[in-house]
Amino acid sequence: MIVGVRSRGSKIRSAIFGYANLVPYVFFALFPFYFMLVTSLKTDTELYNLKAVPFLVQSGVITDHYRYLFFKTEFLTWMKNSLIISVVATSVSLAISVLAGYSLARLRFPGVGSFGTAVFITYLVPPTLLFLPLSQVVVWLGISDTIWALIVTYPTFLVPFSTWLLMGYFRTIPKEVEECALVDGASRMQTLTRIVLPMAIPGIVCVTLFGFTSTWNEFTYALTFVSQTANKTAVVGVTADLIRGDIFYWGSLMAGAVVASLPIVVIYVWFLDYYVSGLTAGAVKG
Amino acid sequence: MAIGTRVLEGVAPRPRGIARVREWWEREAVFGYGLIIPALALIAGLVAYPFGMAIYFSLSDYWVGSPGSFIGLQNFRDILGNEIFLHTVYNSFVFTSIAVVLKCVLGVWLALLLFRPFRFKRLIRGAVLLPWVIPTALSVLAWKWMFDSLYSVVNWTAIHAGLINPPGPNWLGMANYAMTAVIAVNVWRGLPFFAIIVLAGLVSIPREYYEAAEVDGAGSWGRFCHVTLPLLKPVLAVVILFSTIFTFSDFNIVQVLTSGGPVNTTHLFATLAYQVGLTGGNLGQGASISLFLFPLLVLIVFVQLRYIRKE
Repeated sequence: MIVGVRSRGSKIRSAIFGYANLVPYVFFALFPFYFMLVTSLKTDTELYNLKAVPFLVQSGVITDHYRYLFFKTEFLTWMKNSLIISVVATSVSLAISVLAGYSLARLRFPGVGSFGTAVFITYLVPPTLLFLPLSQVVVWLGISDTIWALIVTYPTFLVPFSTWLLMGYFRTIPKEVEECALVDGASRMQTLTRIVLPMAIPGIVCVTLFGFTSTWNEFTYALTFVSQTANKTAVVGVTADLIRGDIFYWGSLMAGAVVASLPIVVIYVWFLDYYVSGLTAGAVKG
Repeated sequence: MAIGTRVLEGVAPRPRGIARVREWWEREAVFGYGLIIPALALIAGLVAYPFGMAIYFSLSDYWVGSPGSFIGLQNFRDILGNEIFLHTVYNSFVFTSIAVVLKCVLGVWLALLLFRPFRFKRLIRGAVLLPWVIPTALSVLAWKWMFDSLYSVVNWTAIHAGLINPPGPNWLGMANYAMTAVIAVNVWRGLPFFAIIVLAGLVSIPREYYEAAEVDGAGSWGRFCHVTLPLLKPVLAVVILFSTIFTFSDFNIVQVLTSGGPVNTTHLFATLAYQVGLTGGNLGQGASISLFLFPLLVLIVFVQLRYIRKE
């Protein structure tokens, strides 16, 4: 058989094979989100009617669950908390990581290798290993039960990851460019901020996106360090505080899940390619 | 301009004050240490120090609000004699091994499918990655509703397709079903991570290798075994190690889906540590439970570092 030339029939068969296998996957991946949305738009009578078809909204779309969420709960406060925490923690971590990443990727000084290893090991430490002692650290710092408990602790997983990712990006910038700037009399800090940073913008966008997503989505610390309803994040508020007594009100729970996921979905759709490249770089360059 | 002034100042025999500090700051080693200090301070204060505390907690009788005294290995003796803990150890290994194997096999399969040329590639790729991006606690909440004891959509579908008899399994109410549900949700969430990274690995394999194998008469299975798999090995090794550690230390899925129930049968180390250390207030014992995550972490770091050095 001649390489690269295939009959029309086998091409079509191969395409059908591909789609036939991909469609179940896509269905499996997306169904929970579809079900979230459908549930949030149904009346309670339909939700809890065993005869109704769960996939459809049969007795008319309603917005009661959303209205309940916005006007009768602290949902908007939780969204605001999440936004503040994510923006502040991500920006602080970005600043720290740019400096550390540049230093580890580009400068030579005694111990640079072991610092790099230390950052990498910290990157692999799962948050669940340290959440108990950290819950005491935030008590001692006097920030327990406030959004500051999260702003202060989130950089512990953001900085190692971001530093690691940025090191990869800094290494791809040709060294000659920096040397030219230094010879021309720019200081090291000017070289970093005016020459290197503009060239590493894709990396910085990536780190910002991942930082924002992982802080917005964070659950362990947010559940552990904050118990006051008014200081909760959106993810924990919806998961823990929309349950009244022991009863799950699935309509409003799913409405909360939809709205609290929305910012991430919007950012994700907008920057899809950055997510893919960041995900690959973060894991594979390690 | 600032630079010009500095050049003129440079004519003077010895720079003083600010100029000297500036010159010192320009040295590569000083600048290097200076930039890395904030990150190191953070790691020392909020990672290394709490880790030391975790070890101290585990060796003491420490309760929320009342720092206790040193009691040696008593906490470890207590948990090792506890049936719930022993069941948690068993769960962790079952959960991690089944979930990682499933994610790996299905992930490679999905990556191969996504690698083929087809329409709407970007759209489908985006859809497949979505479970990994959305807040896990919230999507798991949707799964909890899908596995509801009375209104489960999974059972409804299976019953109407004639696969099972009504009322169908009580997914989150029976130990084995609950474990199956937890594993299924973990695979659902972790599969995209595997698929996308393996896909990147596939893209980097030069086409010529496949063509050469085809000339040698290799079929598609032969090409997969002799070209794709060997060349994917480094990528796969990294992804499997990453996934193992994050599956083993998982908290969100079990916490939201079952909270370790029914009757403590689906706990992993993290959720049991949460229940004992925070809900129950016994920080000492909670810390000793979560420290059981540490040996695996050490093993994986060791393998990773050796592996990176080899590269």
